Amino acid sequence: MSSDRILSVDHLTMRFGGIVAVHDLSLSAERRKITALIGPNGAGKTTVFNCITGFYKPSGGTMRLTHDDGREVWLERLNDFRIAKQAKVARTFQNIRLFPGMTALENLMVAQHNALMLASGLTFLGLIGAPSWRSAERRAIDQAKFWLTRIGLLDRADDAAGNLPYGDQRRLEIARAMCTEPALLCLDEPAAGLNARESAELSALLLSIRADQGTSILLIEHDMSVVMEISDHVVVMDYGVKIAEGTPQVVRDDPKVIAAYLGADEQEALAVMESGT
Amino acid sequence: MAALAPAQTHASRAQGAAFILKKALISAFVALVLFSLMIGIRTEAGPSGQLIYWTRFGELAAMVVTVFGGSIIVELLRQWWGPVGTIRIVPPSVQKALAVARRAIAPLLLVFTFLVPVIFYDQRYILDLAILVLTYVMLGWGLNVVVGLAGLLDLGYVAFYAVGAYSYALLATNFGLSFWVCLPLAGILAAFWGMLLGFPVLRLRGDYLAIVTLAFGEIIRLVIINWQSLTGGPNGVSGIPRPTLFGIPLTPGDDGLAARLGIEFSPTHRIVFLFYLILAMALLTNWVTIRLRRLPIGRAWEALREDEVACRALGINTTTTKLTAFATGAMFGGLAGAFFATRQGFISPESFTFQESALVLAIVVLGGMGSQLGVALAALTMIGGFELFRGLDQYRMLVFGIAMVVLMIWRPRGLIGHRDPTVFLKRSHAISSDLVKEGHG
Repeated sequence: MSSDRILSVDHLTMRFGGIVAVHDLSLSAERRKITALIGPNGAGKTTVFNCITGFYKPSGGTMRLTHDDGREVWLERLNDFRIAKQAKVARTFQNIRLFPGMTALENLMVAQHNALMLASGLTFLGLIGAPSWRSAERRAIDQAKFWLTRIGLLDRADDAAGNLPYGDQRRLEIARAMCTEPALLCLDEPAAGLNARESAELSALLLSIRADQGTSILLIEHDMSVVMEISDHVVVMDYGVKIAEGTPQVVRDDPKVIAAYLGADEQEALAVMESGT
Repeated sequence: MAALAPAQTHASRAQGAAFILKKALISAFVALVLFSLMIGIRTEAGPSGQLIYWTRFGELAAMVVTVFGGSIIVELLRQWWGPVGTIRIVPPSVQKALAVARRAIAPLLLVFTFLVPVIFYDQRYILDLAILVLTYVMLGWGLNVVVGLAGLLDLGYVAFYAVGAYSYALLATNFGLSFWVCLPLAGILAAFWGMLLGFPVLRLRGDYLAIVTLAFGEIIRLVIINWQSLTGGPNGVSGIPRPTLFGIPLTPGDDGLAARLGIEFSPTHRIVFLFYLILAMALLTNWVTIRLRRLPIGRAWEALREDEVACRALGINTTTTKLTAFATGAMFGGLAGAFFATRQGFISPESFTFQESALVLAIVVLGGMGSQLGVALAALTMIGGFELFRGLDQYRMLVFGIAMVVLMIWRPRGLIGHRDPTVFLKRSHAISSDLVKEGHG
């Protein structure tokens, strides 16, 4: 079981001055599975994400990423862009961060930066237009086209990303993260602001990414229909600590979780549950 | 607009015309009220001290008609240039013609530039001015990499210009190295200084970056002034060798180019040679920049301008990306500096003041950040236009200032504000300047 984990976070603690945003949190994500991280607002979910993706340096704890080939990366020792480059962890943002003035296609090309930099001989081969660079660029465009087709935006490839409708921007951001060929894809509220139909499309996209690319997914989500439909494993946080975990079904029926979401204590939650059923 | 039915377009055009007419009438009325006293009635002290006055209704009418006509023209221009979605009153045929004209500007300008020495062979003044304009075009294109593409505000660009100029001047006068050996050396040294500046300032953003680069520009100038033993201090470096045509000097002597070709010597040969030299250097800058934009490094620069956090999340090393932008821009500045030194034959710290940095930055901003054609046009307007207004004497700065303010009101994102995608599948749509970010350091 433990050998199948792609990510194991142990005793993660994150303090901002006197505030403890995440306290002694341990969680794990399994390979080729979708793990959801849920919790009420301010529970510290995004802080955990920022630690995993290198935007924050955790105050304590370890985060181990195990690649398919058994290579282990300790995420807390890497910082900044190296998490994405070396550990192959890609992420999206709660408030979409595309490059609005660049086209959808260009956004996906930028995502393949590191591979293309090597192919362009650190720019020098590219500057003289070497054939090896040309073919690498064509492959990169094909890769971008593949993802644009997957998210149904091939027709809008040449439009500025900032001009796309909101739902399309969300999917484009996921496609951009996928273009970095990640081992672990971290999605911060991918369904936020989407309507029911778009949410359903998103669920289908995430399931197909898991099935076809074999990418492990870690997501924060408030939209319970999405969480319940696609996650294999759910971790619930409240006030910086883990309060429950398990399959969606188990978590849904956990009185602690309901109490956290209702803002009530456990006994009240049990009473609510009993009166409801 | 194309999606609208013809009848609808027609209606909106009529509406637009009414709007323009109304605006023009209001302007004309305001002009009438204002000028009726200022121009309509002329008062003067009579010979015995009494007030005499007479009316000038003819002039007044001319003024009002001018305002009326002018305001229609201004409004039409604004609608033509204006953002997408405004009602366009200019008929499609005219629009199409203008679009064609716009596309033809760059090649026409290039052909004309090549022909300048032929057309103005006898006019030394124009040739000198053209060389000056081209120098600023090259500087503008160089700074465009840093400011326009990477979105890093650099107020000390003249430092690299100075480094390039002094590199050539000192290497040539002290070691007798030729221009063609020194040119790449000047570029490399300036790029090196660009990296050196880059390292400490890369964590700074926005205003802070601007201030540090400004300070760096001043530091270089002060070092040049005070390091007398090396740079000659305020006296500068003189006797800088003139460039040779791959070893053949452009002098009246027996081994000069004129003698070898068997033609009569003329000092204009050297000017023409310098003209084509800076033209070649500027075009090289342009070519490299256009090329770089389509390479991963160029896309990373633009992505950095758009959103630095997203870049990091995609595994782009923002530090080296910024450093390469700084170094590339600095290299072009250094090359232009070497050219400046060889053209002048004499350099002193006075040529490398903050004024120069500001001028080059103004060219980039005015031209439209990131647009190669825009920067070239802006350099032509700024440097050439400034010379054009020479006849206005003390009002020159005033006219120039007004022209810039008007231009910035009309085109807040520069002459050419839109962005062309670097790669496309079917059709390259220009991206409106509203979407393109300016960068924040």
